[in-house]
Order: sequence, then C-alpha cells, then structure tokens
Amino acid sequence: MKHRTFFWFIFPSALAMILFIALPVVSVFIQSLHVEHEQVLRTVENCGPFGCTEETVIDREATRELREAQPLGRFAGLSNYTDRNHLALAELSSMWERSDSFADFTRRAMTLPFWRAMAFTLTFTFVVTPLVLSLGLAIALGVNSLPRMFRGPTIFVSLLPMIVTPLIGSLVLYWMVDSRGVLGAFLQTITNDPNLSLRASPTLTWIMLIVYGVWSSAPFAFIVFYAGLQTVPEEPLEAAMIDGANRWQRIRYVVIPHLMPLAVFITLMQLMDNFRVFEPIVGFQAQASATSLSYNIFNYLRGDSAQFGAAATTSMLTIFGVIVLLTPVLIRTWRDFNRKGH
Amino acid sequence: MAVKQHRSPLLVTVSTALVLLWVVIASFPFLWTLWGSFKVQADFFSLADWRNALRGTFTMAQTGSTFTSQGYAGAWVQEEFWRAAMNTFVVVFCVVVISLTFGTLGGYALARSGFRYTFWLLMIALVFRAMPHITLVSGYLMPFFQWNIWGHLPTAIIVLVAINQPFTLWMLHSFFLNIPKDLDESAMVDGCTRFQAFRHVIVPVMWPGVITTGLFSFLLAYNDFAVTAMLLSQQNQTMVPKIASFLGSTQVEGNVMFAVAAVVSATAPLFVLILFFQRQIVSGLTAGAVKG
Repeated sequence: MKHRTFFWFIFPSALAMILFIALPVVSVFIQSLHVEHEQVLRTVENCGPFGCTEETVIDREATRELREAQPLGRFAGLSNYTDRNHLALAELSSMWERSDSFADFTRRAMTLPFWRAMAFTLTFTFVVTPLVLSLGLAIALGVNSLPRMFRGPTIFVSLLPMIVTPLIGSLVLYWMVDSRGVLGAFLQTITNDPNLSLRASPTLTWIMLIVYGVWSSAPFAFIVFYAGLQTVPEEPLEAAMIDGANRWQRIRYVVIPHLMPLAVFITLMQLMDNFRVFEPIVGFQAQASATSLSYNIFNYLRGDSAQFGAAATTSMLTIFGVIVLLTPVLIRTWRDFNRKGH
Repeated sequence: MAVKQHRSPLLVTVSTALVLLWVVIASFPFLWTLWGSFKVQADFFSLADWRNALRGTFTMAQTGSTFTSQGYAGAWVQEEFWRAAMNTFVVVFCVVVISLTFGTLGGYALARSGFRYTFWLLMIALVFRAMPHITLVSGYLMPFFQWNIWGHLPTAIIVLVAINQPFTLWMLHSFFLNIPKDLDESAMVDGCTRFQAFRHVIVPVMWPGVITTGLFSFLLAYNDFAVTAMLLSQQNQTMVPKIASFLGSTQVEGNVMFAVAAVVSATAPLFVLILFFQRQIVSGLTAGAVKG
C-alpha cells in the first residue's frame, strides 16, 4: 500500500488517538509540574476603641482572579513528584530511620497515600492474575468433560460476571456481603460472630476485592482456555496414553504446554486490566481500607476543589508503571515481528 | 480432546461438581439481586434475619404484597433514570458507529501495509490500550473546562471513540489479515483505486469481524465509568454514573432499593446481548486479539 493511501485510511483513527490520547498525556505531564495557587492573603488593620490589631484575611477576589488568569497554577517543577502525597522520599527516609523493624516501617509507609495505593494495586494485580489463570483452567477442564449439551448454557452463565459493568458487578457482590446481606449473614452464622462485618477489617476488605477480581475475570481465562482445549492435537495425547500416562500426567505434559501461549496472552491482558483496578473500590466503598492508583486520581479530581496537579502527578507515575509492566511484552512482540521478516 | 478416555467416576463427579459450583457462583449474585429488587429495603438488607428477603415479611407489611415495584418506580420515574438510559443509548450508539467506521479504515490500512511504521503504530496502540482511562481523564478536565466543552454528550462520545480506537484497530487489523490479499489486489488490477477495492470487495465480506468488534466497542462504551462520571454534567449523566450517584445520596430508607432496581435495569441489556451474541463474544475473546 502506498504511503499516501495508507495515510488517508489511518487518518481519522490516528487523529482521534493523537487528540484524545497522546495530547492528554502531554497535558497531564504539564499539569504535573504545576500546583494550585495558594490563596492570596492580605493584611488588614482593624482599628477599634481599644487600639488597632493587624489581621490576615484571605482575599477571595484576588485569589479568584489569579486562578482565572493562570488556570494551571504556579510552576512547581518536580516538587509534586517528591511531595508527601507521591513518592514522599523525605518521609520514607525519616520513617526508615525511626522504625525499629521492617514491619514497623511498612506500617508507617502505609500512611502515605501513593505507597498505600501502590501496595494495594500491586497486591491485587499479582494475586488476582495467577488465581484467574488457575481457576479459568480448572473450569475449562471441567466444562470440557461435560456432555456437549451442557456446555453452551455453562458458557452463557459464565460470561455474565465478565461482561457486566464492573461497577454494577461489584455493587451486586457488595450488597450480598454487606453485614445485612445474605452472604454477610451467612458468614456471621458460620463464624458465630454476629458483629462480623467485612468492611470493618482492612484484611477482609482486601480479600473481598480480590474475590471480586477473580470472579469477574476468571470467565475470560476460562473461555480462552476452553477454546484452546478444542484444538489440542490428538496424536501426542494418544501416544501419552499408550506410554501409560494417567490423566493428570497427560494434562501436565501435553495439554498445558499446548495452552502455554494462551496463558501468556491471558496473563498480559490480566496484568494490564488489574493494574487499573478502580471501579470495585468505588462499588465496595472500600476507600478506607484499600485505594488504588486509579482511585487516587479519581479522588483528586472530584469535588469542588479538584487538585489537578496531584492527579496529574499520580497519572504520570501510573503511566510509568504501565510501561514497566508492558516492556517485556513490547520486546517480545518486536522479536516476533522481526522474525516474520517484514 | 476428542480422544476416548476411561474416566474414573470419582474424577467425573469432582469436575462436574466444580463446574456446578462455578455456575452457582457466577449466576447466584444476579438472580439474588433480581429477586431482591422487588422487595423493600428492610427485606433485602435485613438486620434481623436474611430469610426475610425470601419471605418478603416487610414488603408484605409495607405494600400489602410480597413483591413490589417501588424500587423501579422510584428509580425510573422519581429519580429520572429514563433520562440516563436515553443518554446511554445515544452515547453507546454513536461510539459504536463512529469507532467502527474509523477502525475499519485504519485496521484495513494496517493489515495491508507492510512498512515498518505499521508495527510501531500497533505498538503505540497497545501502550494506549493499557493506559488506565482515569489517567487520560485527568488530562482532559482542565482543557475541557477552558474551552467550555465539558459536560456535553458529544465530548464524552468522541473521547470514548478515541479510547476505543487502539482496541478496535488491533482487533480489525488481525481480522483483515485473515481476508486474502488477492481479493482486493485483483480488484485493483482490474482498475479500481484502493478505496474502491475496499468499498466494493472488502466491505461485503467484513461483517462478521465488524460485528464482533462492534460488540466489544459496545461493552466498552456501556461499561465505562471513569470517563462518563468525570466528563458529563448532571443532566447528561449516563446509567453507570447515575447509579453511582444513587449511592452517594444519603441512605434514606428505600433509596438503596432505587440503586438495586437501576442495577438490574442496566444489567438486562447485557443479558440480552449475551443471549443473542454468545458465539460472537466467545470468538472475539479467543481471536487472540485484545480483550475489550
């Protein structure tokens, strides 16, 4: 295809991506170098019958004018990145000196918003992903041994948790595990603790969010693995049976190697999707015990006094994290592309 | 695995039990919420006994019948959920149509051009695909306020189209790769321009791939929370942010039931979608492209 024709075909799509993905990233970067204007203070002298006192008041008019004239705020360089709400290097080093054990240090570091969100985001990503892979494979193997007429309905039901709006899915679960909901009541009965509330304990909240993550993503792994199982070659399976391999050995040495490329694909998708975990925290109203990077950005942006600088800084750090996660994939795809010999 | 195998009855029982358990885990929350949406709050969130939700004790006491549509009436009429539903329809329809138009042209070009820059474009698209949507939203807000385009449906539509493009391009690109090159090239030998070849030869055979991609574009637009919650004004809200706003309002007796009814209403279209397009969704997921 000629360059010129290619250009016109790709133009609408590329324009949309440049205007609404590439430029916003630039805008995020610029915003991350600025902080909101401080309120303009003015000293006024109040003279009364008992003499004059000096008082400092906020000049609302001047503050508003200044904010309208320079909506970006004032230039702050990289200070946004190093402040307490983000990398917090100074705070971390002083905490390191003051704490007597690593556990103590972690406990202190969990009071820093960025690291708290990072801890949950990474835990969520790296716990949910392997669980999704193994549960998906287990379901796929199970469904594959069902009579054919039951497979369609099973797939139908399985698609629901995956396809449903994440916020809705998390609300549906949240209402059930609420202490007044059916699962909450059930848990209270089996633990014999009438005051048990999943929301009250940070650990239980994390577990609840992870359960949601697995529930909503396992169908994806299941469908992909199930499709892969349909194409497992027969000869190696038969050969393995003749050699006396039992069912488990056949799965371990024939089926799993065949599914490996699919597992890599699912892992990739899962890493990308779990890293941006956001809606469940809103749905489960879990912000007191667990926040994610995306949630922090959302939290900075909403309300009347949006902190664009802080939101932009967290966004830049999140994008950096995404690129770190994706680097192995990009290198791998680069090799594949070269091997194909374009 | 079409190989005939001797399976031990124990293994069959275990794997069937596992699948059965999964089916319950996957479907019970939806069935329970559907059932509960016809109860009053004192039943669905019962302090005394969860079985009230089954018996409808308080629903009986408060409304005189064991089922009530109070939640639905409250959500759709009193809280004007119908407005949000209409907004969702407009947004989703426009996003799907526009992103498929852009995506087919771009995906076709990427599939037919062998130059090195196509690889880089696809890689950039992959990075864009991985970016959390909320990070982009933080880039939009300030300029949109400045230009006074914040809060309108067209703004949200074009933003969702752009966010959708990386995925659409990948999926349609891999789909067009499967359509033989000879098809459009022979049309060009016969004197068609590239666009005519695309229009008359490729368009008639591309519909299966376009429908599959369209389903995922639909899901992305329908399920979005980050963009629509931050970029739409109160009266332009779509369903998902509207549901979130039900939760934010004070938990007055009965208000949670509005949210429950709204959640069930918003799930219904998705249910219908799976009912009719299960095969396409499955093939889309397994196309080895990118999940929506």
